[in-house]
Amino acid sequence: MAIMQLREAINLTLHQEMERDPNVIVLGEDIVGGMGTAGGPEAIGGIWKTTAGLYAKFGDRRVIDTPISESAIIGAAGAALAGKRPVAELMFADFIGVCLDQIWNQMAKFRYMFGGMSRCPAVIRIAYGAGRNAGPQHSQAAYAMMTAIPGLKVVIPSSPAEAKGLLTTAIRDDDPVLFFEPKALYAARGEVPDDEYLIPFGHARMVREGRDATIVTCGQLVDVAAGAADALAQQGVACDVIDLRTTSPLDEEAILDSVEQTGRLIVVDENPPRCGLAADIAGLVADKAFASLRAPIVQVTPPHTPVPFAPELEQAYLPSAARVETAVMRALEYR
Amino acid sequence: MQLGREQMLRAYRQMKIIREFEERSHAEIQTGEIAGFTHLYSGQEAVAVGVCENLTDADYIVSTHRGHGHCIAKGCDVKGMMKEIYGRADGLCKGKGGSMHIADVGKGMLGANGIVGAGAPLAVGAAIAARANGSDAVSIAFSGDGACNQGTTFEAMNMAVVLKAPAIFVFENNHYSEHTGVDYAVGTTGDIASRAEAFGMKVWRGNGCDYFAVDTVMREVLEHVRAGNGPAAVELDTERYFGHFEGDPQRYRGPGELDRIRAERDCLAAFRAKVTEAKLLEHADIDAIDAEVMGLIDEAVAEARAADRPDPANVLTDVYISY
Repeated sequence: MAIMQLREAINLTLHQEMERDPNVIVLGEDIVGGMGTAGGPEAIGGIWKTTAGLYAKFGDRRVIDTPISESAIIGAAGAALAGKRPVAELMFADFIGVCLDQIWNQMAKFRYMFGGMSRCPAVIRIAYGAGRNAGPQHSQAAYAMMTAIPGLKVVIPSSPAEAKGLLTTAIRDDDPVLFFEPKALYAARGEVPDDEYLIPFGHARMVREGRDATIVTCGQLVDVAAGAADALAQQGVACDVIDLRTTSPLDEEAILDSVEQTGRLIVVDENPPRCGLAADIAGLVADKAFASLRAPIVQVTPPHTPVPFAPELEQAYLPSAARVETAVMRALEYR
Repeated sequence: MQLGREQMLRAYRQMKIIREFEERSHAEIQTGEIAGFTHLYSGQEAVAVGVCENLTDADYIVSTHRGHGHCIAKGCDVKGMMKEIYGRADGLCKGKGGSMHIADVGKGMLGANGIVGAGAPLAVGAAIAARANGSDAVSIAFSGDGACNQGTTFEAMNMAVVLKAPAIFVFENNHYSEHTGVDYAVGTTGDIASRAEAFGMKVWRGNGCDYFAVDTVMREVLEHVRAGNGPAAVELDTERYFGHFEGDPQRYRGPGELDRIRAERDCLAAFRAKVTEAKLLEHADIDAIDAEVMGLIDEAVAEARAADRPDPANVLTDVYISY
C-alpha cells in the first residue's frame, strides 16, 4: 500500500485500467491540456491532475483532449455502443445541465429501449461539491438528481482507496456510471492498494459502529459524519456511520439493518433538501422500517439555496459536524 | 452510373421495402392498430439507401425520429421492425423502444432517436471508436434541417474536425422541421452545407430524390473520409410525403404541393425511368420486385398483428436495477 492523494489514486486507476483493457479510452476538456499552445501537450495534465501522463503513454487515439463541448463529449456513449469503454471527464458537476440530454435520454436508456440488445459501458467522471469557494455554478453536488434517473449507476467515493476500488469497478461495469469525485477531497491522502482493487456496487461501508443512532451519508460528508460520531462517542453516544458508496444501486439492507438496531436515523446529504437523497432515504425507512423507528428521522442538508461563494457563507451552507451532532442529539431526545 | 445489375436490383428493392413499409404503416395507423407517435420517411428513400448501400456492417449510422428508412437501408430485419412498431414481445427492441428507437447494434445501426439533434454527438462517439480501432470504418449522423439548428450538432461537427474523426454528417433537407419551413428556420437561407463547411470540413450537395446522384456523392465522400481526411458533410435535398407525425394535417403545405412532389420528385419512379430508358433493367424486373416486396410487407403486417404482446412482467427487464 502506498499513501497517496485521492487525485493520484484516480490517476493510478486510469493508468492501470488503460493498460489492462485496450478498449478503455478517456476524453474530456483539458485532460491533456496545452494542445494547440506553445506549451504543447501535457502542459496541464488535466485541471484536477487526474489524467496526467495518460496522453504520453497511450497516445491520441485513446486519450482525447476535446474542445469545450460537453454534449459532444458525452456523445462518448456512442463510442460505448461501438464497443469501447469511454471514461469521460466532466470538469464540474454543474455542467451536467449542458449535456443532460446525452445522459438521461441517451446513455441511460439504450439498454432498456433497445430491448437489451446493447449495453452502454461508459463512465462519466464528475468533479462535484462545495467547499472550494467556487461559487454557485461550480460547487453543486448534483448526485441526487442523477440518482433519480433509471438506467444510471451513481457512485461517490469518500477516500483515495475508495476512489480506486470504485473507479475500477465503474470502468469494468457494462452500464453507464456517473462517478462523482468530491473535489474538496482531491488532495486528501490515504493508503491505497497498489494492485488491482475492486469494490462492488450496492454495498455500503460501515465507517463507525454504534447502537444509539444511524447516520447515513456519502462522499465528502463521510468524514464530517465520522468526526461527529467521534465527538459523540466522547459523550457516550455511539453511532453507526454508513457510507453509501453508491446511491444507485442503493444498499437498502445496510440502512434498514442498522435502523432496526438503533431505531434512529440521521441522513446527511450535500444536495438541497427538496427531492434530495436525504428525503429519498427517509422515505425508504419510513416505508420499510417504520416500526423500528423510536424517533423522527432527521435530515441534515444544505438550505434550499444555490451554493454561496464567500467562505463564511459556504461553511454555513455545508452540513457541518456540529449540525450532525445536534441532529443526533435531537433524535436521542425521543426515548 | 457505376452500378452493376445486381446492385441496381438490390438498391431498388431496398427503396421499395421502405416505401411499402411506410405506406402500409400509414394505412395501419388509420385503423388504430399502431399506438404512439410515428414519423414516416416516404419520399426520402433515395437518401437512406444511397448512403447505406455504400456501407458495411462495420460502419455505424445514428438515425433520427424518422428512422424506419435508415433501419431498413442498414439491414435491420423488416419483420422485427414491424413487430416493434406494433409493440410486440419479439419486436426488434422487445416492444421497449417503438417506432422512434429501433436499433440493431450488430448491423452498425446505433438507433433511431426521439431527440432532435441528439444523434450527431453519438455518431462522433462511434467515429472515435472506429479511429481508436485503427479501422477504416466510418460513422454517419443522419440529421434533418431541424437538427442542423441544434447546438449539439454544432459541437459534434467542431469536435469531429478537431479530432479528425471519420464522421459523416448527412443532412436530409426535406424543407420542414416539424411544421416550420427551412427558409424561416435555417438562418443561412436554408443552406445547411455552408454551415458545415464553416466548421472546416469538406462538404457535398446533392439531389436526394435521385438515387444515382446520392450514390455518386457518397462514393466520393466515403473515399475522402476513409482515407483519413477527417469528417465530411453532405446536404441532400429531398421530400417528405407524409406529415411530421402521423395525424399531422400538413396545413403548412402550399396548394398542390404534395401532389406536385409526388409527381415530380418520386425517387422510385425516377429510378425506374432512368434504368429502363437506359435499358439497364426491364420494367418486368422492377415489377417483380414490387410484387415480391408487397408480399414481404403483407407477411410482416400479418405476423406483427398475430404476434404475442409483451408480458407485463418484462417492464422490469433490461434495466440493471428496479425499485
